[in-house]
Amino acid sequence: MGNENITACACQEDVPLEELLTRVDPVIEQYRQKPGGLIPALQIVQGIIGYLPEEAIKRIASGFGKSFSEVAGVVGFYSFFSTTPRGRHVIRVCLGTACYVRGAGQVLEAIKRNLQIDVGETTKDRIFSLEVARCFGACGLAPAIMVDEDVHHRVKPSRVGDIFERYRLRRNGGEAVIMAERSAAL
Amino acid sequence: MPSLMINNETIEVPDGTMLIDAARQAGVEIPTLCYLEGIQRIGACRVCLVEVEGARTLMTACTTPVTDGMKVKTNSKRVREGRRTVLELLLSEHEGDCQSCVRNDDCELKKLAQLFGIEEVHYKGSKVPRKTDWSTSALVRDPGKCIMCRRCITVCNEIQNVGSLAPQGRGFKMSIGPAFEHPLSDVVCVQCGQCSLVCPVGAISERDQIEKVFEALDDPDKHVVVQTAPAIRAALGECFDYPPGTLVTGKMVSALRRLGFDAVFDTNFAADLTIMEEGNELLTRLKNALQDGKQTALPMFTSCSPGWIKYMEHRHPDMLDNLSTCKSPQQMFGAVAKTFYAEKIGKRPEDICVVSVMPCTAKKFEAQRPEMQASGMADVDVVLTTRELGRMIRRAGIQFQSLPDDTMDSPLGMSSGAADIFANTGGVMEAALRTAYEVITGRTLPFENLHVQPLSGLDGIKEAEVRIEGTQPEWRFLEGVTLKVAVAHALGNAEKLLQRIQSGESEYHFVEVMTCPGGCIGGGGQPRITDNATRLARIEAIYREDEGKRIRKSNENPEILQLYGEFLGQPLGEKSHHLLHTKYVLRNEV
Ligand code: SF4
Ligand code: SF4
Ligand code: SF4
Ligand code: FES
Repeated sequence: MGNENITACACQEDVPLEELLTRVDPVIEQYRQKPGGLIPALQIVQGIIGYLPEEAIKRIASGFGKSFSEVAGVVGFYSFFSTTPRGRHVIRVCLGTACYVRGAGQVLEAIKRNLQIDVGETTKDRIFSLEVARCFGACGLAPAIMVDEDVHHRVKPSRVGDIFERYRLRRNGGEAVIMAERSAAL
Repeated sequence: MPSLMINNETIEVPDGTMLIDAARQAGVEIPTLCYLEGIQRIGACRVCLVEVEGARTLMTACTTPVTDGMKVKTNSKRVREGRRTVLELLLSEHEGDCQSCVRNDDCELKKLAQLFGIEEVHYKGSKVPRKTDWSTSALVRDPGKCIMCRRCITVCNEIQNVGSLAPQGRGFKMSIGPAFEHPLSDVVCVQCGQCSLVCPVGAISERDQIEKVFEALDDPDKHVVVQTAPAIRAALGECFDYPPGTLVTGKMVSALRRLGFDAVFDTNFAADLTIMEEGNELLTRLKNALQDGKQTALPMFTSCSPGWIKYMEHRHPDMLDNLSTCKSPQQMFGAVAKTFYAEKIGKRPEDICVVSVMPCTAKKFEAQRPEMQASGMADVDVVLTTRELGRMIRRAGIQFQSLPDDTMDSPLGMSSGAADIFANTGGVMEAALRTAYEVITGRTLPFENLHVQPLSGLDGIKEAEVRIEGTQPEWRFLEGVTLKVAVAHALGNAEKLLQRIQSGESEYHFVEVMTCPGGCIGGGGQPRITDNATRLARIEAIYREDEGKRIRKSNENPEILQLYGEFLGQPLGEKSHHLLHTKYVLRNEV
């Protein structure tokens, strides 16, 4: 599936859900007659809203003449669909072989503990979502995690809290901190 | 024709036969859990394993086509061990509490576990959490018992075109059920119970209300009456080991009397009443359309089947006007019992408890609809399915097989043969035609033995035409008109028929729809069946019951005439309107 990187764009953050839902209909219109059109339609809608709320799934089901349960089953089957809103920052933990043998499992456990969420979930304050991934080409510096577009190398389970803290700061003018770090790393 | 050898016996089978059917033809039983004759063969449960010479692994008989010269063993050590392993794995993921399980009597999994001598389960499986779903009035779901055979999904999607159930989640967390593991009441479900009819285990079953009935019977202040639907008498016997198609009307009445009901009445009586109302409604609609040129919704659809009604409310809100406004026989009975009958015996409606025995789980839903309270109280208080009545009789220690025959009580117990055939697909239409034709022409319906042959049998959609000639003065406008009717059973077929009607491809005056395959005889509350042979046996039995009746037409039932004479006045009159007709509501589309 090529579209797994579609995520919500931050500029839509304040658009109310009702408004976003109205943008679902043209997508349905475009895909309902196409064979195999359900999955691309779901992906695009996830792109528009950022996730797939039940109201959107119902709308798509009725547009495609399918039952809610059937479409919900499809959504639940593919890991790239999310039915909960994503957080402002998406954390991805690499579970590729290299990262795995160098302790990615422990890193993942530490993150789950630190954020009190499971894979596929979002923190209550909607700041972080947690996902797992398969290799983002940082094998030499395993274990690696990604937060949004930033790759963090050689992550130690005991230090994950520090990494997240910096993203929390972003909100309160912490942007500069990160930018500074980024340029230092280059 | 390929020939094959099954356990040293050679047989010939038609091209494309699957091993499972070939084995049955050779008199060899192969265990199954996911297979459904004519409906599903997906190789999911793997319990139908057989050994095919030359094949490396054991094969699933339900998905393996026969090839010429095949040599098959169905009872080798390897086969028995393979099946045993499969069963053990299923049991390891299954929340088994047979002692308190509603399926203890007829569980397919338990039966196979015993058959293959499983005494111990050697595996530890991951179980789906129980989270029992009590959200609907008709059904109870227990996902912990589900063995993922997918029969319910296929039946609900493909036969019923509803789609309430689907696999949710994936991997070890997968479960079968409504969207996002919501309660069933949150999604579109018509409560037909066809899923409960095919589920091999206790994962979906009728909501049991036996104790509620015992409670009413124990209450000295309640006058408890019972009505039994037309389809019960042709199926209840199966709960007591009679072969399918055995009529047990007389023993059923005896059993109900011994259970302590104050009066044993018949839904058939109300079926005759329905024909009087619905037949007149049809004639009125035809008069409006053909003579007075008024806007009238045609074709008129029958309204006896509550699953069908709910389906229309969810899916075809624009066609609700086409539904007859008549309540179903069950509800008409309740309304009459709590008014006409209550007055007769000097009781108030609140002193009377109406119990129904129905072939149908959706009737439990129908009975609690807020529209169904003509006397100010619920028309019907408790609905038992055929399966529940079977259990109740056994719980009371009544020896069904040795009961004498008894007859229904008066004044709500007499019925015509036309009422009996309400149980079969095509039967309501035939019953309506018997009366309507006679009202219009003054003559008997011109079909052999009063059976409208093209409307009977198990074809999904059936049609017939009746040309009307020699009309009575009042019905002149029908002179020379060819009345076109159609019949569909199972909602998937009904949907196809609806689309033909909406597209203008077909035109009818009157359409009968029954929610369940075969009609009420195949209802979701009947003794469990998964094959058409049983359906046909029950259908035959119902026609026999009809033919054995002295009166074959609803308009000749003396108790019905008495009810109109003493109480209702006339069909579609003021009182009928209030007691016997209803309205429909809009429901969520998905
Ligand atoms: S479903 Fe069958 S095996 Fe499971 S608890 Fe019930 S009777 Fe026992
Ligand atoms: S009761 Fe009927 S509609 Fe509801 S889930 Fe079962 S088969 Fe589907
Ligand atoms: S609920 Fe019953 S019929 Fe449906 S998949 Fe589970 S075991 Fe099979
Ligand atoms: S019956 Fe053949 S695999 Fe289930």
